[in-house]
Amino acid sequence: MIISSLAFYLFSFITIFSAVMVISARNPVHSVLFLILAFFNSAGLFVLLGAEFLAMILVVVYVGAVAVLFLFVVMMLDINFVELREGFLQYLPIGALVGIILMAELVLIFGSWVINPKSEAIVATNIVSSTEITNTHALGQLIYTHYIYLFQAAGLLLLVAMIGAIVLTVRKRPNVKRQNISDQVSVRVDDVIEVKDVTSGSGI
Amino acid sequence: MLDIGLSHYLIVAAILFTLGVFGIFLNRKNVIIILMSIELMLLSVNINLVSFSAFLNDLVGQVFAMFVLTVAAAEAAIGLAILVIYFRNRGSISVEDVNMMKG
Repeated sequence: MIISSLAFYLFSFITIFSAVMVISARNPVHSVLFLILAFFNSAGLFVLLGAEFLAMILVVVYVGAVAVLFLFVVMMLDINFVELREGFLQYLPIGALVGIILMAELVLIFGSWVINPKSEAIVATNIVSSTEITNTHALGQLIYTHYIYLFQAAGLLLLVAMIGAIVLTVRKRPNVKRQNISDQVSVRVDDVIEVKDVTSGSGI
Repeated sequence: MLDIGLSHYLIVAAILFTLGVFGIFLNRKNVIIILMSIELMLLSVNINLVSFSAFLNDLVGQVFAMFVLTVAAAEAAIGLAILVIYFRNRGSISVEDVNMMKG
């Protein structure tokens, strides 16, 4: 009990600390690395909550794909980051004001949150006891039955995002010779050969 | 204090969300940090969903957290693609003249 409490505090403090560093680090590469740290520690929080599958997905998808994508873009673009930090202090007061108000409201609401005992009866249809089957097993049973259409829609969304990203970033350079198969296939004889009737004794 | 309940997780998520909003205010010029702040906000939403799912014994919250994860990944990919073409056109990523994208 005490170990899991200490683990909760450790994970949540490191998560919040790295979130602070993400938004305040001078070098965006450091920001991305702190983002990775925040994701790792949130995965730890998910494990504490018993959501092992989502924790692993968070590590694989976020740390393995999204954060590395961020790192790749930050390093690929040659950006003058000092220039971008101008006005950092200019927005600090209004940002702090909005942030403090928002946080006060959220903490006031969430800090006093208690679960209505009656709600247990409402959600009873989806209760899966964690002792019988693993979290991944239970999640799979739910996703591939009741939520199969949403799951397919999520896959379609990823496909659209992939095509969109490719279409956006593809670049047509001039002066590059490329094989155009449809042009090659649709070539007719008249396009490539011209038969000239040459009379003897004179040139063309 | 040592007994971790739902409120503890919700407060962590609330702090993370606030930091995300704060990051958007603070880094008005740097689109990369803004995208990262959005990722932080989505992460806090995920923590909310998963903690409610755990404390209510209802797995649907985790299913929806997975969908949020999917949307976040798609959003990051598209956002970074837009960023790359914007940088290719302008040579900077300053948000202040992004309105030229109106065309």
